[in-house]
Formats: sequence, structure tokens, C-alpha cells
Amino acid sequence: GSSGINAEYGLVCSTQFTAKKKKSFGDVQDKAVLDLGAGCGILSIGSVLLGAGSVTSVELDSDAIQDLQNNIKEFEIDNIDIIEGDVNSAVLRPNFKFDTVLMNPPFGTKKNEGIDMKFLEAALSAITSSGAVYSFHKTSTRDFILNKFQSRGLSVEVIAEMKFKIPNMYKHHKKKEVLVNVDFIRISGKSAAKGS
Amino acid sequence: MKLLTHNMMRSHCKGVVNGFPLKLSSTQVDVKEIEFNPDFINRMLSRLEWPAFVQIANELGVGEGLPEMLPVEQKFEDEDVLKKIHHVLLEVEVVEGELECPETGRKFPISGGIPDMRLNEDE
Repeated sequence: GSSGINAEYGLVCSTQFTAKKKKSFGDVQDKAVLDLGAGCGILSIGSVLLGAGSVTSVELDSDAIQDLQNNIKEFEIDNIDIIEGDVNSAVLRPNFKFDTVLMNPPFGTKKNEGIDMKFLEAALSAITSSGAVYSFHKTSTRDFILNKFQSRGLSVEVIAEMKFKIPNMYKHHKKKEVLVNVDFIRISGKSAAKGS
Repeated sequence: MKLLTHNMMRSHCKGVVNGFPLKLSSTQVDVKEIEFNPDFINRMLSRLEWPAFVQIANELGVGEGLPEMLPVEQKFEDEDVLKKIHHVLLEVEVVEGELECPETGRKFPISGGIPDMRLNEDE
């Protein structure tokens, strides 16, 4: 994801969840859900509204946490617990498993290459063998992701293709924002996978 | 911080072998009503470190009525027991306090219900 995410993608997410009722709805309702890099909490709040049994939000940025808490108040949400911490630093004990991870990880920059993959690895290690990871990734990384995880025996589905507005980081570019093609993917099948 | 969250976290300080459970001291504890979902509670039982859960509940003075051990099947039929577990697991919230790494003594503050688990680069 990016810091420029607005509520529109949240609406799209919930549309995807309801459209895929049999699979996706079943991944959230009454389930233990983990939101890695929760940001302002769209996915966490959406999970509560879809009837999650519990929602745990991990976020590192204190401004984002402030937004998350404000949104929790504004939506009058219960049952979200927030952990201020780094997704990649093993705060969760290895034997505690969630049913579902939802996340909108950073896409990765030259300085922070591979952070999107680190989030996926962290997410996959946090779920039960029958659990699922839902995540957003640049469409340009689709083949890499499909290869990487399918070769381990995992199931990877592209559920939706979207466009995200990303604020432009580089001063020399003329446009203030760029549109990035993004895949919303679901990874599951840990029980069939090698070395899980 | 709910006690469910306490049960899922461990210290990740350098060199720590286990880091669980984190020690807890609290100055403000609240109770917030959460919708009771017996199936969810039953499903979570096998994922919890049960003795640590009971211990922290007792330390907070809310452990009365919690079973000392889980049955073999790791499920309860009795709804009163499930309601009690639900209350302690999800409705008790530590708002202000401190977690402590059981091996290094490193403190992690809890403020506004949020534990700050960030470590410095050298830790």
C-alpha cells in the first residue's frame, strides 16, 4: 500500500469480501484476524464489521495509530486490539496462529526492497494450516509472487485488480500522483505446502 | 491490551530464548463489553498458552472461575464457563501499564491500551 490510500479501496475490499461470500466471508466471520501494517485501520475495521471473532492490528507508525484509534472511535468499533510494533520483528509467539491475515503492505522502494515479500512471509507464518492471507501487491510483481509461493505448494489467487493512487515521491516528476496497478491476492493451502 | 493479546506476544529482545510470557504491571484496567461468541472462544482455546492466561488473570484479580486446566478435547460445553473465559480473554483491557521481558527485564509501556513493542536497532 501507500500512505496515500483513501477510503475508496476499503469499499472495494468489502465489495470483494461480500462478492466472494463463500470463501472470503468465511475467512473473516468468527475468525481470529491479524492486520499487519494496519495503517488507519480500514481492513481491521472492515473485519470487525464483517463479524470477525477478534482483530489484532500491528502498526509501527504512531501517526497511523492515532488515525486508527480515531477511526475506531468514529465507527464505534469494539474488538480491535492494537500492537505498536514492527511486523518483521517477531513480536508474536510462533505457536499462536490466526485464521486470517489481511494486509496492505508497503510496496517496496529502492531503499526498502523486498519489504512486500517480508510481509508475506510474516503473514504466512502467522496463520493456521487452514488459514488464508489476503494482501495487496503491485501487479508488476504478480508473476514473481505466483512463482515463489506456488512452487512451495501454496495456492495463490488473484481475486481482484485495482488501481491505487500513490503520491509521487520524486520531486523531479511532474505528476503529483501516480496510478499503480495492484492485485488483491489470497494465499492459502499451508496444509498442502512443503516446509510449512 | 486484551489478555488475548498478552497471550499471543513475546519478547523479541536479542538473545532471548523464549520471552514468554511477558510480565505485566498495570495501573489502569477497564472492562469493555464484547459480544459473546461461544464457538470462537472454543476454537481459540487450543491456541492459548493456558497456564499463562490463568496466571495473568489471577494477577489482575479476574481469574476466579477460570478452569485451572483445559480438558483433553480443549473445548467446553458449559456456556457459563465459556462466558467467563470470554470475559477474561476479550473484555478485560489493560489501559495503562507495563510489560517486561522475562529474560532481559526490558520494559514495554502500555499506554491508551496499546503495548509499545518497538525495539531500538541495537536491541
